[in-house]
Amino acid sequence: MTDRLPPRPLPDLIVCPQCDATYKLARPGHGQRAVCARCHTVLIMPHSKAGIQIIAVSVAIVVLVIAATVFPFLTIKVAGTQNSVSILDAALAFSDGPLIALSLSTAALIIFIPLLRVLLALYVLIPVVLDRMPAKGSRRAFRLSEALRPWSMAEIFAIGCAVALVKITDLADVTFGPAFWMFAILVVLVVAQDNFMCRWTVWKSLDGLRKSEPRK
Amino acid sequence: MSETTPIITAREMGVVGCRRCTQVWPQGTEICGRCGKRLQLRDHKSLQRVWAWWSVGMLCYIPANMYPMLSTRTLFTVQQDTIVGGAIELFTHGAPFVAMIILFASVVIPLGKFFAIAYLAISVQRRSAASFGQRHLLYEVVEYIGRWSMIDIFVVAILSSLVQLRSLAAIDPGPASLFFALSVIFTMLSAQSFDSRMIWDMQSRDKGEASRGH
Ligand SMILES: [Zn+2]
Ligand SMILES: [Zn+2]
Repeated sequence: MTDRLPPRPLPDLIVCPQCDATYKLARPGHGQRAVCARCHTVLIMPHSKAGIQIIAVSVAIVVLVIAATVFPFLTIKVAGTQNSVSILDAALAFSDGPLIALSLSTAALIIFIPLLRVLLALYVLIPVVLDRMPAKGSRRAFRLSEALRPWSMAEIFAIGCAVALVKITDLADVTFGPAFWMFAILVVLVVAQDNFMCRWTVWKSLDGLRKSEPRK
Repeated sequence: MSETTPIITAREMGVVGCRRCTQVWPQGTEICGRCGKRLQLRDHKSLQRVWAWWSVGMLCYIPANMYPMLSTRTLFTVQQDTIVGGAIELFTHGAPFVAMIILFASVVIPLGKFFAIAYLAISVQRRSAASFGQRHLLYEVVEYIGRWSMIDIFVVAILSSLVQLRSLAAIDPGPASLFFALSVIFTMLSAQSFDSRMIWDMQSRDKGEASRGH
């Protein structure tokens, strides 16, 4: 093998990841967006103070996830008999035989993956916002967080709750526990956090890592 | 679509863009130096993976509709409902709106998704009546909406953990729930395997032919 120079990035260009259209990079101002002219994928959407806001929202999400998981979520009452469940109980409802795999994946989809993604975002963004060197393994952390994005399904679970409630209202009395309200706020925050983060800006800020942490 | 300046693709420019972090590299670069993703001008194995996940997803969708999704036990009766059966039940018991949600999330979306992915995978290899923009929109809708099919699984999870009232009433998940969840996961993987850049390649080819013709 010859000692080839490592390939140099072309920082003046940006390629749309969805349709391969190439543009000269023009960074939009805060609150504006750079959109692919061909397929309308949003390429860059910086917000001022986004970092701090995302961190604040993320901390709130962590607290809420833990609280919402532990406290009772829904209580059902029929003729004197009652049953309270937490979100974890709901996730682990598929408990017999091969369905246990479904239990574990449900728990992952509605609790652990959203939580993990938020923790990863905190790990990546805190040093960036404080103008420090990005934390070790930041790029791997952000990569994992991005890969998990479609598998974070807290908001879908929330709609599932609404459907389930309608299904049993004429069968029984259902009351909401504290976790129900926490979860409702949580879903709004998770969606907001996700829509607020500009991936391009985050990757750009992790760029400074290259000098201090040589690859391979 | 209004395009003021003609679009140049990365392939035509001799560069390759990272699909994860959008960093641009000279063609021939193998790994993105910023985020570590493997750089490919076009993912040629993409269609194979799309069809592989698509078929497994389809295979799981069949038993998901044949086996019961829920079994409801009350004092005197045990009732087992399939996805469609449960929705019909809801419809006749005065909750048509919820029945529509369930039918939409568990039948219309999954079937529509199978058709849409198959159509996209076939259309990148031959000419299609739909415009590039329309097909790209279809792809984005498929990617976005696929996850929502999990609603029914979550409904089953909530019901079967909540309605456990000893002898009075109990709701338990049926085997269809596992197959249905697998089907959703496999179709999500199928859609994720699709390299949407291929939709637009025909446009570049058309453009090339047109400019050669003059
Ligand atoms: Zn594009
Ligand atoms: Zn990259």
